[in-house]
Amino acid sequence: MPTITINKKRLLKNLNRKISDEELKEKISMLGTDLEKIEDNEIIVEIFPNRPDYLSEQMFSKALSSFMGVSEGYTEYSSKKLPSDYKVIIDSKVKSVRPYTVCAVVKNLSFDDDLIKEIIQTQEKLHVTFCRNRKKAAIGIYPMENITFPIKFTADSPEKIKFIPLESKIEMNGNEIVENHPTGKQYAHLMQGLEKFSYFIDSNNNILSIPPIINSEITGRVTNKTKDVFIECSGFDIYTLKKVLNIIVCSLAEMGGNVYSIPVIYPKNYSNSELDCDNSNNNSDETEIITPDFKCQEMKIDSEFVSNKLGRHFSKKEISGCLSKMGIGYDEKKEIAFIPPYRADILHKVDLVEDIAIAYGFFEFKPEIPQVATTGKEDLIEIFKKKIRDLMIGFGLIEVKNYNIVSYENQTSKLLFTDEESKDIVVLKNSLTVEYDSLRNNLLSSAMITLKNNKNSDYPQNFFEIGECFSLNENCAENTKLLLDKGVISNSFRFDSKVYDFPKLGVTLCSKESDFTKIKQILDGFFEGLGMNYNLERCSNKSSYIPGRAGDIFSKNKHLGSLGEIHPQVINNFDIEFPISYLELDLNSVYLSFIEK
Amino acid sequence: MSVLDELTNLELKILPILINNEKNEKGINIDNIIFQSGLKDIEVMRAVQWLSNKNLVTLNEKIDEFILLDVNGKEYVKTGLPEIRILNLIKDSEKSVSQLISEGISMEEINISIGQLKKNLSITLSKNDNNELVLFITENGKKFLQKESLEQKFLKKKFPLNINELLPEDKFAFDSLKKRKQIISVEIKKTITIFITENCKKISSDLSSVSNKIEKLTPEMIKSGSYKDKEFRSFDISSGVPKYNYGKKHFVNDAIDYVKKIFLEMGFTEMKGSMVQTSMWDLDSLFVPQDHPAREMQDTFYIKDPSEGKLQKDYISKLKKVHENGLFGLNKNEIDSRGWGGKFSEEIAKKNLLRTHTTVISAQTLAQLKDSDFPAKFFSVDKVYRNESLDQKHLFEFHQVEGIVIDPNANFTNLLGYLKEFFKKMGYDDVRIRPAHFPYTEPSAEVEVYIKETNTWIELGGSGVFRPEVVIPLLGKDIPVLAWGLGLERIIVPYFGFRDIRLLYNNDFKVLRHSKKWMM
Repeated sequence: MPTITINKKRLLKNLNRKISDEELKEKISMLGTDLEKIEDNEIIVEIFPNRPDYLSEQMFSKALSSFMGVSEGYTEYSSKKLPSDYKVIIDSKVKSVRPYTVCAVVKNLSFDDDLIKEIIQTQEKLHVTFCRNRKKAAIGIYPMENITFPIKFTADSPEKIKFIPLESKIEMNGNEIVENHPTGKQYAHLMQGLEKFSYFIDSNNNILSIPPIINSEITGRVTNKTKDVFIECSGFDIYTLKKVLNIIVCSLAEMGGNVYSIPVIYPKNYSNSELDCDNSNNNSDETEIITPDFKCQEMKIDSEFVSNKLGRHFSKKEISGCLSKMGIGYDEKKEIAFIPPYRADILHKVDLVEDIAIAYGFFEFKPEIPQVATTGKEDLIEIFKKKIRDLMIGFGLIEVKNYNIVSYENQTSKLLFTDEESKDIVVLKNSLTVEYDSLRNNLLSSAMITLKNNKNSDYPQNFFEIGECFSLNENCAENTKLLLDKGVISNSFRFDSKVYDFPKLGVTLCSKESDFTKIKQILDGFFEGLGMNYNLERCSNKSSYIPGRAGDIFSKNKHLGSLGEIHPQVINNFDIEFPISYLELDLNSVYLSFIEK
Repeated sequence: MSVLDELTNLELKILPILINNEKNEKGINIDNIIFQSGLKDIEVMRAVQWLSNKNLVTLNEKIDEFILLDVNGKEYVKTGLPEIRILNLIKDSEKSVSQLISEGISMEEINISIGQLKKNLSITLSKNDNNELVLFITENGKKFLQKESLEQKFLKKKFPLNINELLPEDKFAFDSLKKRKQIISVEIKKTITIFITENCKKISSDLSSVSNKIEKLTPEMIKSGSYKDKEFRSFDISSGVPKYNYGKKHFVNDAIDYVKKIFLEMGFTEMKGSMVQTSMWDLDSLFVPQDHPAREMQDTFYIKDPSEGKLQKDYISKLKKVHENGLFGLNKNEIDSRGWGGKFSEEIAKKNLLRTHTTVISAQTLAQLKDSDFPAKFFSVDKVYRNESLDQKHLFEFHQVEGIVIDPNANFTNLLGYLKEFFKKMGYDDVRIRPAHFPYTEPSAEVEVYIKETNTWIELGGSGVFRPEVVIPLLGKDIPVLAWGLGLERIIVPYFGFRDIRLLYNNDFKVLRHSKKWMM
């Protein structure tokens, strides 16, 4: 999760009172963020993804001071108008490249180095999180002194877009930036396959930027002489863009800037719903939206809803007080909440309920467990697995537990598996290493790894594992279906992924004395313990066993598993030096036979 | 208690052998004792060590080097050294290298032998038309054949040979053969010679009295009552015994059973489900936005084939609505609800993955409930997966503990009540919550428990009330669902004091065999 670094001195000045690190820590974490650490003048806070506004130090500090009751909670932001040539015109060409843009102007700022650092931090953290690494949206900030309105947002083939990008001394075209400029290279993947790049250009034909990659060195560098800025957010989701713009603009307003709105003029190939606006002026060829959009979202929420959700009575007055601490307005008469324009996380009134709970204080709620009678029930297969575990431990075997993700090579070629034996194995698409690149279909490779890792431990090494295996085989699906029909299991969505998991038992005997007799003794003991009969047929299609010393286990024609002496080549493949005899049973099959006996 | 009473069975068996050998100034070695006593070497070693501890014998360790025949050496004892075989083959007429090979001598042997034979002038070489080496015997060679070489003589000796007992001419042959491949090898052997001490001599006369005492109680003695006239020899009960390797449950399963029992006591029913799930169930159903970073390749394991699963038709259309536009139209009175916006993709929803949390099972459980089932409580303790590299602090698969309560009358305060009850049974005296964020709960809370020993609160899990955007598409109406979860391994690791989380699943028998039981 992203963290932001907050200047402690500035924060304390804002809070206007002395406060110990301990108390500050407590308050910050009770506000709904995670304090990482306080070090000298730096406070590092982890921000949850639902509060992108907290990625701005200004907005965080404002929220904390209102949460602590230092300042007035709910702020209404407003914007002024600019002369009529201050507008941004959207060319219809961008619709297929980078469809949406919202803009604003903020004047009378006094940028010192700290403030520049802060605004860059906000911009960057928003880019990484809320803007999904600039994939969804990107923010551009430009000093006003070098640009001339109106500004046009248009698109062209990259080689035709030429300007000096930030941190460069020479003019480059769009392709060169993507190929050679460090920032260009970093975001090149976002431009892949685009025939045209979108760009902002002013009325003097100065290029401002190619979003979401880079600004111009001439028109797009904020310095400590900058007083007035032009801001644009461009991207693919107009709601996100409006929120991002509001967060940036509100935090600049908190720094003392004056906000001016700008008309953004879209051509006729954009509909009102696409622009999330309700312009009734549909006759015109173009749609004008005024941004930033500071309109408060209104949401009805009453005392009964809040009290039912939280399990404690909240009066309207309390609701109003709590919401105010969280920077949200409330009309007690109409029971309507006013959500400030920088909040992006209020999707439903339960989000307001959480804010009320946070304001009231999570520690203040008195735990209360209702007396509701329900009967506990354990999963039947799990109970069965426990019984089998008891049996195995009684045989003097140690239980092991291995990962379900194993190496494909280990569970196929190293076990001498044929293609036929390997065909039901499930492979991962994006594993980090070949050591763990597939889901296990058998417990034998896990047993071999266990033995390999234990070459320095005493022998005999006799052990068992009850573990999940995975298969694409329809027989596994059939077993699951039977268990479902018989009411043994109840989740009916087990067929959705077409990958079936099922429990297996693997028993491994490894020592000088391990042989077929020893493992068959375990098999006999197992079925005696379950009160079942089995029959054994010589098996020839299981390559991991020594030919002639392996058997398939059946109960009334249902195949349950196999046992035998492991082929010495397999033992060599895992660098082990003792004979191994092995037994493996599909426990879904065993269970089905068990309940039918 | 006299020294005699402390003697173990093994010591008593070998003491008479040692005393019989008293006169021998060279002492007696272990092999001899093994031979005379019929005991196993390990038993004799242990007994000798104990006697030495009791100051009844002294041990004299000597290290000797022994020469053994290696693979080729054993072969040459039977067939003769290759240079001699070659000389015999060319005794009457010269032979080319390929002819020698066809006589069963390997290229490697030919190369070595040519070196040897040229050195003592037994052969001359020339090339034939095929540009191949041909070997001719010389007069020297013929003489050489007539008498046995030192090396051949050496190979006929009885191995192992003590290196210190070699005669000068043996030494020559040894040095020459040592340089050649796998003819002989040298093994270092430790011999222990045992001498009895004066102490031992003093007690030797009383030994017979001890031997009269009962050592091992036998069925015959019990049947006949012969033990009645005899005394039992007393044992040194403080002496250590070998480790006993018995069957044992894996300690993680011990902990799992413990957690399950708590849920069962609290009236919860266990829920199970597939490990491989569609993204629809694992993420979309829990209102995780489709562009959420957790869905990316570096966080989640996806399946190569089948890369897509099937979607539940009715349900996916509801999810699409909720994600794009919120709850409007899915439930009465839901006016102020907006989803994530954007376009919901069924292609993304179909993608198969290894479940990232057991909350997916909670969603599937909810989907199967009827009105008459409420209130209901469910739990699971099961595996979940994250695409991480395995290291000291991270596992790519681990166990998640999860509890949910579906109750029309439940609320946030009740969630706290359940948490308190559950964690108290888990052994934590106090529990408190802090604000947190999960996409599928609102309010969301981090759970902290109080640790008495260190007087601190530690973060142990997450909790919350399911969002209506999760519940309504599953149940058709907004019924409170309280939920909490935690990672099981986070409790197990400190209990066993492991520094490395991988120790949980590397199945080291030294750990597994001797781990303590889960006693919480």
